[in-house]
Amino acid sequence: MSLLQVKAVTHSYNSHTFFKWKDHSKKVLTDISLSIDEGTCLGLLGTSGAGKSTLGKVILGLERPQQGQVLFQGHDIYTADKLIRQKIRRDLQVVFQDSYSSVNPRMTAEHIIGEPLENYEKLTVAEQKRTVIELLERVGLSEKDLKKYPHQFSGGQLQRINIARAISLKPLLIVLDESVSSLDMVNQTLILELLNELKKDFGLSYLFITHDIKAAYSISDTLGVLEKGELIELYDSKTQFFSSEHPVVKQMRGSILAEHPRFRSLPTRINKT
Amino acid sequence: MRTERSNVLKVSDLHVQVQTKDGASTLVQDINFELEKGKVLGLVGESGSGKTVTSMSILQLLDRKTTTIEGSITLQGRELNGLDDKEIREIRGKDIAFIMQNPMNSFTPVFTIGNQFIETIRSHTSLNKKQAKELAIDAMQNVNLPDPAKLLKSFPFQLSGGMLQRVMIAMAACLHPSVIIADEPTTALDVHNQLQVLRHLDKIRAEYGTAILLISHDLGVISEMADDVVVMQHGRIVETANVFELFDNPQHEYTKKLLNARLILNHEEPITYML
Repeated sequence: MSLLQVKAVTHSYNSHTFFKWKDHSKKVLTDISLSIDEGTCLGLLGTSGAGKSTLGKVILGLERPQQGQVLFQGHDIYTADKLIRQKIRRDLQVVFQDSYSSVNPRMTAEHIIGEPLENYEKLTVAEQKRTVIELLERVGLSEKDLKKYPHQFSGGQLQRINIARAISLKPLLIVLDESVSSLDMVNQTLILELLNELKKDFGLSYLFITHDIKAAYSISDTLGVLEKGELIELYDSKTQFFSSEHPVVKQMRGSILAEHPRFRSLPTRINKT
Repeated sequence: MRTERSNVLKVSDLHVQVQTKDGASTLVQDINFELEKGKVLGLVGESGSGKTVTSMSILQLLDRKTTTIEGSITLQGRELNGLDDKEIREIRGKDIAFIMQNPMNSFTPVFTIGNQFIETIRSHTSLNKKQAKELAIDAMQNVNLPDPAKLLKSFPFQLSGGMLQRVMIAMAACLHPSVIIADEPTTALDVHNQLQVLRHLDKIRAEYGTAILLISHDLGVISEMADDVVVMQHGRIVETANVFELFDNPQHEYTKKLLNARLILNHEEPITYML
C-alpha cells in the first residue's frame, strides 16, 4: 500500500471582494492524483504559479481541498479521528523555502529543534539536550550552535536547523517545498546528500517540490510535472523526463543551464573563448 | 563621452573591515580584479565568502561608521573609494548599475513602478517627465515586458518575481551604464525566467558594450555567461581564470570542490543539444 495517496484533488482560491455577485474563484489545482510509496521520493516540478506549493499544503493538511481526498496510510487526513490525525501530524513534516520565516526569531536553536520533542516525546531535560545535539551534528552543525538565535545563522545553516526539526520525530514523509532553492551550490549538494542519507537510514519518503530540475533529478525516484494546476506528466522513472515530448517539458529542458561553458546556449556567448 | 580604456573597472588591494564589539573583523582582503569593456566577469563562491561585500564596497554602500574600506576602486580612471555621498550617488545607477538578488525587496512597495523608474531616470538626466516615461517604456520593451504603459502604473507586489527582475534590468540598462553589477540576478527565479533574464543581460552587454560583474554561486549561470571567473573563499580570491580553463583545468582545491558540487544530470546526451 502506498504511504500517501492523493485522489482527484481539485482546489481553488476565492478572492473576497466587496461585490459578491461576481465569481472570483481561481482554480489552482485540477484533478490531481498521485501516490508516494514508502522510502521513495516524488519530485514535483513546475514553474512559479503552477500550484506546487498549494498541493504541498493540501497534502500537509493545511489547506482543505474542495474536492478529492488525501490518504495517509489509508486514512483521510481531513476526516480521520483526532488521535489518528495527531499521529499523522507527527509522521508528516515539512521544510519550507524561506528558512527565516519558518522559525521563531526569539527562540534559540536548541528551543527550535526541541519544540516538537517537547510536544511528542517524554524526555528529561538532559536527554532532550543530548537528542538536540545529536540532531545538530546529524545535519552538520555542532554543539556550539545550541544557544544561537536565528539571525546569527546563515540561510544555509538555518535550513539545516529546519531539517533537524523536521527529522527530530523520525517522521515517515517530509514535504520539502523548495527547501534547497535558496542555498548555494555546495550547501545544496550537501543538503541533498544529507536528505539521501536520511532517506536510506530511516526509510523516509519525500515530496520534493522544486523548480530546479537538477536538484529534483538528483534526489527523486519518480517525477511529476505540474503546469497551471494540472499534473501534466507523471513518470515512474525519472529518466522519462528526458524523453517526453510534451511541449511544456521540452521548454523546461531547454532552460536548463549548461554544465560547462562548451554547452552554453546564449547565442552571442557561443564560440567565445 | 566615455574614454575607451579597456579596463572599465579596476579593483586593487581591496580590504574591508567591520568594527564589532570584539574588535575589527576582516570581511575581504587582497581583492584584485579588472573588468573589461563588454566582458563578463563571474564572481563565484559559497555564501559568506565575501562576494556581496565586494560588490557593495565598489558602490560604497557599506555603512561608513562601522566598516573601513582600504585599497583602490577605479571606474575609468576615477577613484571611487572615499567619494562623498553626493558624488557617489551620481555614479550609482548611472555609471554603475546594481541588480540585486531579491527583486521583491528592491522596490518600495508604496510607489508605483513608473514612479520609481522615472525618478531614477530624472535624477541622472535632464529629461522631463514625459521624455523619461518614453525612455522607461522603451527600456521595458527591450526586455520583452508586455504592455509597459500599464506596468508603469502598477505596484511592485502586483508583478511576479521574474517580471520585477526584468523591470530592474530595464532600469539598470536604460541609462547605458558602463558597468552592471548583477548580484545573484537569477537565484530567486524559476528555471524558465532564469534563462530569459540572462538573455536580456547579455543583450545589453552586446548592444552597449557594458561590462558585467556577475556574482553567482550557480556554476550553471557562470558557465552560460562568464568570460573570466574569480573564485572567492573566506574573503580571499583563490583563483582567477578564463571560464573554459577553470572548468577544464581547475587549479585550486576549493575550485575543484565547487565544480564537484555541481548537480550533473546523468543521461545520455548533453542537455543543450535538445534546444
